[in-house]
Amino acid sequence: MSLPATDRPYFRSRHLEFIVVGVLLLLLTVIFPLLNAHGLLSDFTITLWGKYLCYALLAISVDLLWGYTGLLSLGQALFFSLGGYMFGMYLMLQIGMLGSYAKSGQNPNGLPDFMVFLGHTFLPPFWRPFQSFGFSVLMVFVIPGLLALAFGFLAFRSRIKGVYFSILTQALTYGAALMFFRNDFTMGGNNGFTDFKLILGHSLVDNDTGPATMRGLFIASALVLLTVCLFCHWLNGTKFGLVRQAIRDGENRVLFSGYATANFKLFVFVVAAFIAAVGGALFVPQAGIINPDQMTPDKSIEAVVWVAVGGRGTLIGPIIGAISINALRSWATQAYPDSWLIILGLIFLLVVLFLPGGMVSLPGKIKALRKSQGKPVEPAVARA
Amino acid sequence: MSHPILTVEDVSKTYDGFKAISDLNFYLFEGELRTVIGPNGAGKSTFFDLITGRAKPDKGKIEFGFEPDSHDLTDLNEYEINRLGIGRKFQTPSVYVEHTVWDNLVLSLKGPRGVFASLFKRQSSTDRDRIADLLKLIRLDGKRDWKAGLLAHGEKQWLEIGMLLAQDSKVLLVDEPAAGMSDEETHRTGDLLISLAGKHSIIVIEHDMTFVKQIARDNPVTVLHQGHVLCEGKFEEVQSDPKVREVYLGRGKHGTR
Repeated sequence: MSLPATDRPYFRSRHLEFIVVGVLLLLLTVIFPLLNAHGLLSDFTITLWGKYLCYALLAISVDLLWGYTGLLSLGQALFFSLGGYMFGMYLMLQIGMLGSYAKSGQNPNGLPDFMVFLGHTFLPPFWRPFQSFGFSVLMVFVIPGLLALAFGFLAFRSRIKGVYFSILTQALTYGAALMFFRNDFTMGGNNGFTDFKLILGHSLVDNDTGPATMRGLFIASALVLLTVCLFCHWLNGTKFGLVRQAIRDGENRVLFSGYATANFKLFVFVVAAFIAAVGGALFVPQAGIINPDQMTPDKSIEAVVWVAVGGRGTLIGPIIGAISINALRSWATQAYPDSWLIILGLIFLLVVLFLPGGMVSLPGKIKALRKSQGKPVEPAVARA
Repeated sequence: MSHPILTVEDVSKTYDGFKAISDLNFYLFEGELRTVIGPNGAGKSTFFDLITGRAKPDKGKIEFGFEPDSHDLTDLNEYEINRLGIGRKFQTPSVYVEHTVWDNLVLSLKGPRGVFASLFKRQSSTDRDRIADLLKLIRLDGKRDWKAGLLAHGEKQWLEIGMLLAQDSKVLLVDEPAAGMSDEETHRTGDLLISLAGKHSIIVIEHDMTFVKQIARDNPVTVLHQGHVLCEGKFEEVQSDPKVREVYLGRGKHGTR
């Protein structure tokens, strides 16, 4: 008599979306590197798309909070940057004797160049473990995760909601940016980290072997994105997924149904921080730089725009949004370098006004339009 | 003589100088179906807020259960109170509009409420049967896959009652269940509440006097006025009480004067 949950049409469309995302990402993982290896796709394009995929991870992190849980975080770029910085520390220490100061014999200990410039003669103790790749990767999760845990715990326990939560997250990322701008924080100051040479012994800059390393980073980014999508898809199907969206639509009802909503929000906040952080860690070797500019509030707001344009509360929306807006940016900053922010603002405005569901809602809208032209409108039934 | 399952003694609550509840004493006995009436601003919804932990009293005692297993509700928050076995239906139907009717009930079904339990919990066939039974009871089995937001107002009320039943709470606090329902639906809601009494202890807040008369029958009715109990008794007694007529039933006459 009673149907198993998966037989319901509402679940079928969810699975369809995941299959589409999965197939596209798998194709991307295989086809782009293959084309690149045979010289049909430029090294520049591979690195560019690798960065898009990292941005897609940041967008998913925003969507997990905003689209699915109703928490508009304007500070997700902080976790992206922190992940980037943690992995950047490893990359900085890999430079070693290949740095500019070392070449001219002014850096016998192989310190990162910015430290030599600031007059350091030995490595600050907290930098030392970052010689290890494993430890650095661990810290990519631990540091952003701990920050999200502490901030989320305080914010959600105090029942900070809505615009107050948004403002606090913005303040958090701004405060962190100011801290990272300071030279005596020994994280590179306003120049941040750059001039990376090696990752796990593979060259990032060599003319012969560099492209293969970049291909590897692209494949890693695509696989991580695929894994994150798989995880999100699984999460959407659990009771946790139901509770999370119920919090978005009516937190009081959830609270009065016996759920400690603060714990659910905290869990999502920490998971979102992990996802943003791993995106940042993959971004840094591909972009070749990380600096505190990435932490300023406008970076986080931009990620919110990607999600709004792509379609929030969906799996595929943030990915489409992040890739298309950044592709547009790559083009526009060359064609119309002064007008990019105006173009971005205009797109956001148009989407909010005319396409609140984002790009993913377009096919449905077109279908509905065609139907309404052909025959009289049928009464709305929630079988969609 | 059964024990009171809910004890409210000397409770006061002031909002910005306005005494929403003042020195309120109220006892709900096990299995009882109690109707609470009172003019607007009498403190009915604040009364529910205090019991369910949404608001904290300035003074007084609110206890759930009886010795040796009693709990001071003033120390607990909303979800802890709900877990003890007090469920609440809000005045405006609050269902999860983006979830299907089925999922609304899944979320309400009695069971573990933790983050990790919700990650790994699978629906058992007992759960599904229970939900299917509830859907029949609230007459929404044909609309199980509808988004709750698309239901009519009366259907949302029923769904929320269904959600309350899914929680299997000992005490049900039901705020204006018949609002927005047709006469026939109202009557059915009354029958449902009557059938639930005994197994659950119920407090119903209501304005519709036909409905109050239907569910009150021989059960006591409590009249709230200016944050305290004006009188308590059977519907007919309350209806003929001159104090009540003055503050509540008489208001219509004053209003048209």
